[in-house]
Amino acid sequence: MTHDTTRENARHGPSYGTLTAIWCGLLVLTVVTVGVAGVDLGFWNVVVAMAVATAKAALVVLVFMHLKYENWVFKGFVLMTFAILAIFIGFTFFDTAYR
Amino acid sequence: MTDTHKDYEGAKLGMWLFLFTEILLFGGLFVLFAVYMARHHEAFHMASRHLDVRMGAANTVVLITSSWLAALAVAALKRGQDARARGLTLGTIALAGVFLVIKYFEWSAKFRHGLYPGSEHLAAGPPGEAVYFAMYYAMTGLHGLHVTVGMGVLGFAWWLMRTGRCTRADFVFLENGALYWHLVDLIWIYLFPLFYLVG
Repeated sequence: MTHDTTRENARHGPSYGTLTAIWCGLLVLTVVTVGVAGVDLGFWNVVVAMAVATAKAALVVLVFMHLKYENWVFKGFVLMTFAILAIFIGFTFFDTAYR
Repeated sequence: MTDTHKDYEGAKLGMWLFLFTEILLFGGLFVLFAVYMARHHEAFHMASRHLDVRMGAANTVVLITSSWLAALAVAALKRGQDARARGLTLGTIALAGVFLVIKYFEWSAKFRHGLYPGSEHLAAGPPGEAVYFAMYYAMTGLHGLHVTVGMGVLGFAWWLMRTGRCTRADFVFLENGALYWHLVDLIWIYLFPLFYLVG
């Protein structure tokens, strides 16, 4: 049963119901991010905003962009891209923060 | 009829490779924004108050919804529901238009208040504020350009479906167009909190 559903998803992509659930999740997270911004958490405002944005990005990439249903080649490439981006951002901050 | 070789996986992987270059393009601008924000924290905080959070939030909802419609369009075409796929694609394009109209009103309000690159108001204020608005126009402008291109790509996908060249059996053009559209949504997901909320 589970196996059949997985194969069905691989061929057709996620169902209308799954896509709609993800859309609702994205709307809820948007409300959360606007709500949290109204509370003064100091430095943690940035952390929370970026964490919520990343959760939203993960939903879009995994389900809307079908990455969850792709083979390891696609998953590996996406992971590599974000690793490169993290190195890019991280090393820039090592440089600018300790000047 | 000629026997053309179609490589579905290759076409999709090619699209993803292009999207990676887009991620790194915007990634560079995000790094620039983050470093300047760390350097001019107070000025960025004050400058971000000039933005209208309601308009930014409305545009977030519009773009998320358009992305949902694009994903539904791909699902519909894969199930052979051609008319529904075409309608959903048109819906995506219409919401992209709504996004640009809201953006137009936002930008023109900023211009009326003298908040544009090189304006006297910004020249008189702290340098961090001018940097904030330079980044605001550069990043939302480049993003807006991507929205316009996305409308064109999805419009072409609609035309291919209409003329029977993008079908249940060969749907990769719509799928790649939708991938591009989701990336446009993805970038906005980060732009919105950075410019409207964090500062």
